[in-house]
Amino acid sequence: MGALTTIGVIRLDALLEKQYDIMDVSLMAGKIMLESGAETYRVEDTMVRIALSFGIEESHSFVTPTGIMFSIETDEPTKTKLMRISNRTTDLYKVSAVNAVSRRISAGELTVSEAYKELKAIQRAPMFFSFFMQVAAAASTSGCFVILLKGSWDNVIPAMLSGALAYFLLLKVADVVPTMFFSEFIAALTSGAAAYVLFRMGLGSDLDRIIVGTLIPLVPGLLITNAVRDLMAGHFLSGLAKGAEALLTALAIGTGIAVVMTFI
Amino acid sequence: MTVLTNMFFSFVAAASFGIMFNVPKSLLFKCGTVGMAGWMVYYFLSEHSVNSLPATVAAAFTIALIGHVYARVYKTPVIIFTIAGIIPLVPGGTAYRAMRSFVQNDYNTAVNLAAKAFMISGSIALGLILSDVFYQLILRRKAPAEKKQA
Repeated sequence: MGALTTIGVIRLDALLEKQYDIMDVSLMAGKIMLESGAETYRVEDTMVRIALSFGIEESHSFVTPTGIMFSIETDEPTKTKLMRISNRTTDLYKVSAVNAVSRRISAGELTVSEAYKELKAIQRAPMFFSFFMQVAAAASTSGCFVILLKGSWDNVIPAMLSGALAYFLLLKVADVVPTMFFSEFIAALTSGAAAYVLFRMGLGSDLDRIIVGTLIPLVPGLLITNAVRDLMAGHFLSGLAKGAEALLTALAIGTGIAVVMTFI
Repeated sequence: MTVLTNMFFSFVAAASFGIMFNVPKSLLFKCGTVGMAGWMVYYFLSEHSVNSLPATVAAAFTIALIGHVYARVYKTPVIIFTIAGIIPLVPGGTAYRAMRSFVQNDYNTAVNLAAKAFMISGSIALGLILSDVFYQLILRRKAPAEKKQA
């Protein structure tokens, strides 16, 4: 009798451990996606889907831009875990990589521990494009927008220079001063001033278009898209929070450039 | 010639935004085509003197629709394609002119332009929403039993 109970306890322990492992995999996937800029509803969906693929019939996931709550319903008391998300970046490679892992889990190609290892590797992956490449890309967008906004060709070079400066500052200031919206403000302020200086030095003929081109890399495109998509999916909390973040980012950029314009 | 210039630069702009957001290398080209398609819709409509609001709605609709198709074909989240695509539609120029008018104490013009910028942002959202609804209607009719994971 005693031996049987022991076996039962060991089995129960193993089962419990497996359930916690599944929760960890789900939470890890959710954490990476949320930190890399995925929509809230997609994070919730992926987490529930992963749990379902590993045999957890009923699970609940509640995701906000700053934290994840995840609970699974089993025969034993419900297990719940909470995870705080403090830093958010934009890395769409990670979003699509986690999505691919989730698909493979759904197809039954990965075990719990294999999935955990894959997700760990994704979490550690560095940005694919180097810092220099990103600044160069920002310069290229700024230059392109001058043409798209019907500006003349001589405005492309100053817009590219100050656009590169804007994005460089956006990334670097955020590393040094973690205050939200401060890096956007400094980037808009400095690059706007740089555009004006370049204009006065004789580069370019249309200051307005140069400044608009300069500011384009700072536009919070990801936040706008995600806010709309989350609101539509019924995630009002996240949608409004992201909408507010996008609005405040736009205000920070606007304030920065307004400061420059008072001196012009 | 201007059409070709616009096509080329909207493509490069969208692909560059893809690099800034670390889009996987194999999808950069597709990001560029989505951005190009959206901008060309906007460009042609505004060249044919359509108001910028419906033109923006149509362009955002096109972007999100192509994005959905790409997402399904290449099995990746749809935001990868839409984010880079909508950037050219963002009313940066209007918002800038509004801000400049505010600074110059020309509040009439400023509020006017700010309202316009706000309406254009709303149009982008509306285009994205319409496209999602449209796509889900087609999808549901085509495959009623299939579970969606786009």
